[in-house]
Amino acid sequence: MNKPLESPRLAEAGSRERWETESAAQIGDDRPVVNRSGIPIAPLYTPCDWDGSGYDEALGYPGQPPYTRGIYATMHRGRTWTQRQLIGLGTPADYNARLLDLIAHGSTAVSLIPCNSVFRGYDMDEVHEELLGTCGTVVNSAEHMGRALEGIDLARTSCAMNDPSPFTLLAFLLAAAKRRGVPWSAISGTSNQSDCLSHYVANHMFFRIALPGARRVLVDHIDFCNRQVPKWNPLSVVGQHMQQAGATPAEAMAFTLSSAIQYAQDCLARGMDPDAFLPRFTFFFDVSISFFEEIAKFRAGRRIWARVARERLGARDPRSWRFKFHGQTSGVDLTRQQPLNNVARVAVQAMAGIFGGLQSLHTDAYDEALSTPTDGAARVAVATQNILREEAHLTDVIDPLGGSYYVETLTDRMETEILRIMKLVEDAGGMYRAVESGLVQRMVGESARRFQAKVESGEQTVVGVNRYQVEEPAGVREPLAKPDPAVMRAHLESFKAWKAARSPAAVVRALDVLAAAAQDRTANVFEQVVAAAEAGCTHGEICGRLRRELGFGHVQAIV
Amino acid sequence: MTTEVPPKVLVTKIGFDGHDRGSRVVAAHLRDAGMEVIYTPPWQEIPAVVKLALEEDVDVIGISSLATDHLIVPKLMDALRAAGLGEVAVIVGGIVPDADEAMLLKSGVARVFHPGAALEEIAQYIRDVTPKVRASRATA
Repeated sequence: MNKPLESPRLAEAGSRERWETESAAQIGDDRPVVNRSGIPIAPLYTPCDWDGSGYDEALGYPGQPPYTRGIYATMHRGRTWTQRQLIGLGTPADYNARLLDLIAHGSTAVSLIPCNSVFRGYDMDEVHEELLGTCGTVVNSAEHMGRALEGIDLARTSCAMNDPSPFTLLAFLLAAAKRRGVPWSAISGTSNQSDCLSHYVANHMFFRIALPGARRVLVDHIDFCNRQVPKWNPLSVVGQHMQQAGATPAEAMAFTLSSAIQYAQDCLARGMDPDAFLPRFTFFFDVSISFFEEIAKFRAGRRIWARVARERLGARDPRSWRFKFHGQTSGVDLTRQQPLNNVARVAVQAMAGIFGGLQSLHTDAYDEALSTPTDGAARVAVATQNILREEAHLTDVIDPLGGSYYVETLTDRMETEILRIMKLVEDAGGMYRAVESGLVQRMVGESARRFQAKVESGEQTVVGVNRYQVEEPAGVREPLAKPDPAVMRAHLESFKAWKAARSPAAVVRALDVLAAAAQDRTANVFEQVVAAAEAGCTHGEICGRLRRELGFGHVQAIV
Repeated sequence: MTTEVPPKVLVTKIGFDGHDRGSRVVAAHLRDAGMEVIYTPPWQEIPAVVKLALEEDVDVIGISSLATDHLIVPKLMDALRAAGLGEVAVIVGGIVPDADEAMLLKSGVARVFHPGAALEEIAQYIRDVTPKVRASRATA
């Protein structure tokens, strides 16, 4: 007669101690593992680290404070992230052709990266012609913007523009919309790169205006958009630059939140209602290949912001507490060696962003360490998002890593570290002071050097660079996308001719009104930027005049 | 090979782009390696770089380029030669496509370092090239 089956008792008393002894014996020379933010990583996480007892307070449900599990009730299950590839090259016509192609391949929103000459505040006839359109689209006027967005339904398509102060690209968009009869109230999108502090930290976009002036124009811009372009997000607070420049994930999140607090405080000081402007604050982050660390960074950041918005900034509307962010896979992690390996890197980075709960995503092209992306590589980047979403089913479950002993513990640890750095900034007098004194730039520079030292010592593997190198034949890569010099020359000549044919009186008048607004603390400078764009003023003219009125932004040499 | 007077290097960026992680990390490494480093923020104009190179009597100029600013390095080379600084070794580091590298070398650039280059590789190159720069300057 058989004995009744007994379920075996798998875990015995003392099992944890036994695991500790066994793993210590087997793991050998286990070096301490530390993530990029400096947080030590244990080999195993269990209920001893996170037991779920504080679930309601620390996690809650998606769409409910503190939003650790996501800012919307259905997250990607209900609506996947916006597929927003950042593009920009050549003339407005070149850009338009590429934009329509990306939309045909699955992209669902517009992004526009202007030529670096635009970031520097100049028109195309003021700069080295060789560089025009090599890194972004040459958009200098409302006419150019209209051409770039031909065939796009402005009332139904969200447009994100890399548009630092004084936000001429939005002004050109509004002028173009008015000409098409599209009301401003229907225009949606985001002013990327409106975060002037991040430009001072990372120098990625040149601030054309000295920081005090840029600080004021930003508040003017937020105020104007809140009133006149209510679906527009006038502020994108950017951690991406800082992390690309070397900040650790925790530093990037801490500095970004610290900047957002200052911008919000400036709006409050202007008498604005937090529940009017905070729902339109957005964030923009780098997503590195440090997979779990990035996920924890986003979950922690969401939780901190919900608390800050409510308790510190006085927001009562839950929409003000939601931490909406765009993620971009990290270009710094990509290698020139064996560039196809970057497809794998980008996929892992994108997964971290998706599990981190982002609202929109740009995946880098695999050839970004070689050149401005080629068309084929840009399509692979879009396909990567489609694969993760529709083949791998990453969107089926909300916050699928929530409840993992490791992820929850790491989220807590990242939160503590982020708060520690935010306190440092606070003690230095807030983000404006901490940037003016160079504190933040020095921290970022030191982190960049520490990371480089880890790569050079081999402590951090970079496949194809410091390990697993292979001989690669040179000169077998795809030809690069470069603007046709003849086409660019024609663009330049037609711009010059158009400029000369304008009514000089209207241009001068608009620029004078702009200058007067810059000197009048009660006026709204951005309102006059829009008026100038409508009057036919160019980007260079607007920036040049404001540079004179508000001062030029110099940069500190900090090594 | 060592030189008695450490190499004097100008690390800078010309053109439109401001991504300065590379130039800062390289400058700090060269300084820590005992070289005399003159570092500038990004967005230098070509005449300003020539003036600085002349005044500081540098052996090497390092130009960092993440975007496409390397495309105007040939203009810098012409300006250096016109100022009598043709013997200064100009090195470019950053994202430089293969075809553009050939163009830069043809314009007189001494060496191009790509992403993934080790800092010590750059430092050693500068140590090696400096005596040659000084020798050709002495005979110029």
